Amino acid sequence: MLRLDEVKTGSTGAGVDFDLLAALSNACGLAGDEDEVRQVLRQALASDACEIYTDTIGNLIVRKGNGPVRVMLCAHMDEVGLMVAGYDDNGFLRFKESGGIDPRVLPGRAVRVGRAGVPGVIGLPAGHWLDPADRDKVVPPKELLIDIGARSRDEAVAVAPPGTPVYFATRFERLSDKIVKGKALDDRVGCLVVARALLEADFRDLTLLAVFSVQEEVGFRGAQVAAFHLAPGLALAVDGTSSSDVPGVEPPDTSTHLGEGPAISLLDGSIVMHAKLREHLVALAERHGVPHQYRRLTTAGTDSGGIFLQRTGIPSCTMAVPCRYIHGPSSLANTDDIVAAVRLVGLLLESVDKGEFPV
Amino acid sequence: MNIFEELAELSRAAAIHGLEAETAALLARRWQPWLDESRSSTLGNFIGLARGTDPEPRPSVAAVAHMDAIGFMVTHVETGGFLRLSAVGGVNRRPLLGQEVEVLGRRRLVGVIGAKPPHLSTPEERKKLVPIEDLSVDLGLPEAAVRETVRPGDGVLYRQDVVALRNGRVAGRYLDDTAGLAVIGVALEELRREPHSADFYAVGTVGEESGRLSGGATAAFELRPSLAVVVEVTFGTSPGGDDPTNSFALGSGPAIGIGANCHPRLVNLFKSAADELGLATTLEVMPGGSGTDAWSMQTARGGVPTAILSVPLRYMHTPVETTSLDDIRSAGQLLAAVARKVDWTLVEALSCYDSTK
Repeated sequence: MLRLDEVKTGSTGAGVDFDLLAALSNACGLAGDEDEVRQVLRQALASDACEIYTDTIGNLIVRKGNGPVRVMLCAHMDEVGLMVAGYDDNGFLRFKESGGIDPRVLPGRAVRVGRAGVPGVIGLPAGHWLDPADRDKVVPPKELLIDIGARSRDEAVAVAPPGTPVYFATRFERLSDKIVKGKALDDRVGCLVVARALLEADFRDLTLLAVFSVQEEVGFRGAQVAAFHLAPGLALAVDGTSSSDVPGVEPPDTSTHLGEGPAISLLDGSIVMHAKLREHLVALAERHGVPHQYRRLTTAGTDSGGIFLQRTGIPSCTMAVPCRYIHGPSSLANTDDIVAAVRLVGLLLESVDKGEFPV
Repeated sequence: MNIFEELAELSRAAAIHGLEAETAALLARRWQPWLDESRSSTLGNFIGLARGTDPEPRPSVAAVAHMDAIGFMVTHVETGGFLRLSAVGGVNRRPLLGQEVEVLGRRRLVGVIGAKPPHLSTPEERKKLVPIEDLSVDLGLPEAAVRETVRPGDGVLYRQDVVALRNGRVAGRYLDDTAGLAVIGVALEELRREPHSADFYAVGTVGEESGRLSGGATAAFELRPSLAVVVEVTFGTSPGGDDPTNSFALGSGPAIGIGANCHPRLVNLFKSAADELGLATTLEVMPGGSGTDAWSMQTARGGVPTAILSVPLRYMHTPVETTSLDDIRSAGQLLAAVARKVDWTLVEALSCYDSTK
């Protein structure tokens, strides 16, 4: 269970708000069940916002400033996970996946079931009796079950009714000065970047609209709704993206590298980034010496893909913090990349405020 | 004894073969109130003694559970500070990808097991488990810091706390065989309540998971017990993949081994003692090799009568092995009750195989 008294901002060793990042990573938020994340962000940002509200789909919208130029920053609150979808007679839970999960990471994981965080494990039979031909096979998720220790179907249904969200039981930690480990760094790192950018923002001509969106992992649905009714002049989605800089993978297949700055997307499966906005971001980074890289993967989708087609079109671009082992139980990110991302977002806002980017 | 706490502590201390000393030290400390003496053997077995009251020479019972756990050893530090691994013991490869691990370097480090991600793998590769040699451990440290702290040969363990599930069930790493050690702890506490006639050796062995390196053989040679009871875990029923002749429901009580590795008179003794206590038990049929320390102990010196008592455990050799506190408690009570029955008459009868009993 999330304890809100743990949520505070201010512990910013190495320029990163570790307390807020820890609270964000530990909070649970499946698509459609983002409430814990929403509460963490509300608590962190309420005192600094001009206006803070939610819409019909559950996006948290935080407005700061009242200028003529409307800029939307977007980071998604939801994470990949599981949802209880059935039972067997002995009290084991069946599940469906929410968002894209590599089925190879599920067996043998400890999980938390529901908002109350009932402990459970994703079991798998002992390998001792497996046919040697089956030992190499990945177990399909539909054959896996969650064991909460229940002894009957009735008990299991009472503890975890259909639709109960299930989360990896990972706790946020710092592995070293710069490397953090946690679940859901996609996209709690983005939530942190947008939150910090908002807290640090002080601009005369801007209406800054920070959108913490819902349902990105199931098709960037929240961002579409928010972009329509906010009608910003431009939008930047800040996401967490996969970094494959691990043994056995050579550049450019590595896609992004931890520690080399935020990754600016050229295109992904949902959008070809607005060229002028993308070039402007890169120019700002180069001019101010902010580390950055291009995302060398052009698939998957981000909130920008939901934003840019709203109304008559909204110039949009995605920038992301590289994360290793994304969509798994324990992902890693480098705080230098988070710091650089906050800086680059700040530079973008400043340049728009000064009229250097026509909106 | 708080069995959950015992399991949690033993699980934290557990390690691969070669690194059992921390568990041995923990047993010496936790079992100290119930033991008259304790020591470590040449190969690292823990040996505790709760002395009996009979005049010497006394018969003796050795209760044996293994201290080592499955895991890995670092074989190589890669460019970038990633670690390559070799399995130690019968590692199940299915739960490895994405698993957090502890690396026992000059200090304990936390890492994540990764591999080439799915979007860079072919559909064929994605259907297969990644071979252990293609996995790497990511410590989130600069390469130089890794090289200072970690060396080939360092142990790597699953990282998973013991957690309480519903209905007295617990899940966590290395309950195989900390559950067996906890059974012996329960028996020691039980025996301390009133004097018992035979000596009771509480033994933690090394190297069980590495097969022929078993410390059980040297313990049997060294202690020359009148009989030995190996306390193990066995396969708990769970949906899918169970061998119907070899799975036992959690909560059904300890399983008493029956077969070539189990002395028939000891099997009967366990059954009758369970009946007297009103404890539920099951029989585990093991015609040949038991896959436990009892296999090497049975033939030590001129032969040691052996029995096998096992606690059902789901998901064996994964980070989330799951068992029942009730089964551990009743196995401990049964072990103590049997130990109380051991005298010279019984021990002599163990050499007597004529059919009249």
